[in-house]
Amino acid sequence: MGAVVISTNQLTKKFGDFAAVDSVSFDVYQGEIFGFVGANGAGKTTVIRMLCGLLLPSSGTASIAGFDIYSQTEEIKKSIGYMSQKFSLYEDLTVKENIRFFAGIYGLSDKEIREKGDGLVFELGLQESAKKKVKELPLGWKQRLSFSIAIIHSPQVVFLDEPTSGVDPIVRRQFWELIYAASERGITVFVTTHYMDEAEYCGRVSIMVDGKIRALDTPSNLKTRFSGNTMGDVFRSLARGAARVGD
Amino acid sequence: MRTIFLLVQKEFIQVFRDKTLLTLIFLGPIVQLFVLPLIANYGVRNISIAIVDYDHSPYSQQLIRKILSSRYFELGGYASSYKDGRSLVKRDEADLILEIPNGFERDLVRQGQQKVFIAINAINGIKGSLGGAYLSEVLSDFNSEIRLQWMRPERFDNEPRIEIRTSDWYNPYLSFLVLMVPGFLVTLLTNIGSFLTALNIVKEKESGTIEQLNVSPIRKSHIIIGKLLPFWILGVVDFSIGLLIARFVYDIVPVGSVLLIYLFLAIYLTALLGLGLLISTYSETQQQAISISYFVVMLFTFLSGLYTPLDAIPIWAKVLSQINPLTHFITVIRMVMLKGSTFSDVLYPFAAIVVLSLIFNLWAISNYKKTV
Repeated sequence: MGAVVISTNQLTKKFGDFAAVDSVSFDVYQGEIFGFVGANGAGKTTVIRMLCGLLLPSSGTASIAGFDIYSQTEEIKKSIGYMSQKFSLYEDLTVKENIRFFAGIYGLSDKEIREKGDGLVFELGLQESAKKKVKELPLGWKQRLSFSIAIIHSPQVVFLDEPTSGVDPIVRRQFWELIYAASERGITVFVTTHYMDEAEYCGRVSIMVDGKIRALDTPSNLKTRFSGNTMGDVFRSLARGAARVGD
Repeated sequence: MRTIFLLVQKEFIQVFRDKTLLTLIFLGPIVQLFVLPLIANYGVRNISIAIVDYDHSPYSQQLIRKILSSRYFELGGYASSYKDGRSLVKRDEADLILEIPNGFERDLVRQGQQKVFIAINAINGIKGSLGGAYLSEVLSDFNSEIRLQWMRPERFDNEPRIEIRTSDWYNPYLSFLVLMVPGFLVTLLTNIGSFLTALNIVKEKESGTIEQLNVSPIRKSHIIIGKLLPFWILGVVDFSIGLLIARFVYDIVPVGSVLLIYLFLAIYLTALLGLGLLISTYSETQQQAISISYFVVMLFTFLSGLYTPLDAIPIWAKVLSQINPLTHFITVIRMVMLKGSTFSDVLYPFAAIVVLSLIFNLWAISNYKKTV
């Protein structure tokens, strides 16, 4: 295993009396595909938002790429990529304009933007659509474009918050091919999902129930331990009796 | 610098692709400047007058002709009695009733004096009082005419009289356009400054793209500048178009320094943009942003002295009008454009607008940082 890239210790976020995330501790290693599985409302998004510097934790510690999430948020922002639950490219800009804008704000030079942008468009097979506005693309393409743009500055970690919601299994599979490719390039992937088939694709999976991590291991170990045939079985046996019922 | 450039460039691409927004920014103000100043005219014309003539004499006819030939009055109808005249007023066919008593001519000739009665519908106070004043003027004119007919000039001179001569400065023809056009020039900016800015930022909140900016290494201050600068530029462009319309359509040439006007514009726009940013930090959806902006802009407009002189309003409203950037800019633009006031004449509004701009922006920025 590589170096530790994400490390959390007793990380907690309270909204009033409600502990959305309750003393969560885990380590993620370089190049790993780390799955974060849980029902809606289990606290997955809150963890991601804290790690990305969008939300301040109530207590506990965490570091990303060696930077502290309380005091070194600016350094963290340079070393991460983020793709939110909502599709978040500019719909009224073209594919090329989106690439140029986001690569530009991460400080890539014009030359780098041109090279990486062309490569990205080619990889995604978007040559014909490069001058189209993003809103004209099908959702699956938008998501893959969004992911590619999130890692255009070669971050150490990329956070994906339910990146594939709303598309069919074939498109999801295509999306995961991009994730594997990124992982092979050494980018650590932190992905939340509530699709159990996607959980199978991860290197390690942590299962969150009611703001706490109930299990954390490779999919095959988890299946053996909870004597299930699929990750779905594992999840159901753990999530039984959850207080927060997802919608 | 490069980040700000990218942000501004992105914003301009988006604005120029949005046909509705483009219309609102460029066509809206132009239409406003062509139409509104013509409507907002306090001059009173075409006052309908109901005439109750109990006398039916040559003199009463002469008086009626004189009244109706003035450009202020039109005939609402002849009434056979005062009661009849009242019913004309009730049906909104007349604004004034002129009652000429029986024996008008006889008494005028015999006793050298006579009374007529004027009743005024004062629901619209301006129309009522101006109508009454105009009619009195016509009557006193009529009065001197018949005096001239009857009296020899040398006797006339014995009576001491004070004649008042007024001279109307800065707006010699008392044109309402001269007052209103610079005012509208300022108000039309208010929409762009507060409304569109707030909407624009909230739109990014709704679509989730603002979060994408917030996880990036861009500094918050750069995001804010990148959001506000494009609308600042659009505001300056809009104002310049308006200034040209004022010059070539209404023939209003700034008497004072155009540079001074632009200096104020620059600060006024920052105040407005701060306000827009502030509204956006309190709104999660575009509907909320629209509702708040609508309320604020309406309040600002009515408390700005655009339509009514601020000297007449109660103290508490006066205080409110002072924390309104619109008030100060309207005051200044009227002073500089129409009177040619110089910087030292407008020191107070200048200081006020700078302070307001600082308050709005600091408040907005601190709130923006907290909410994100």
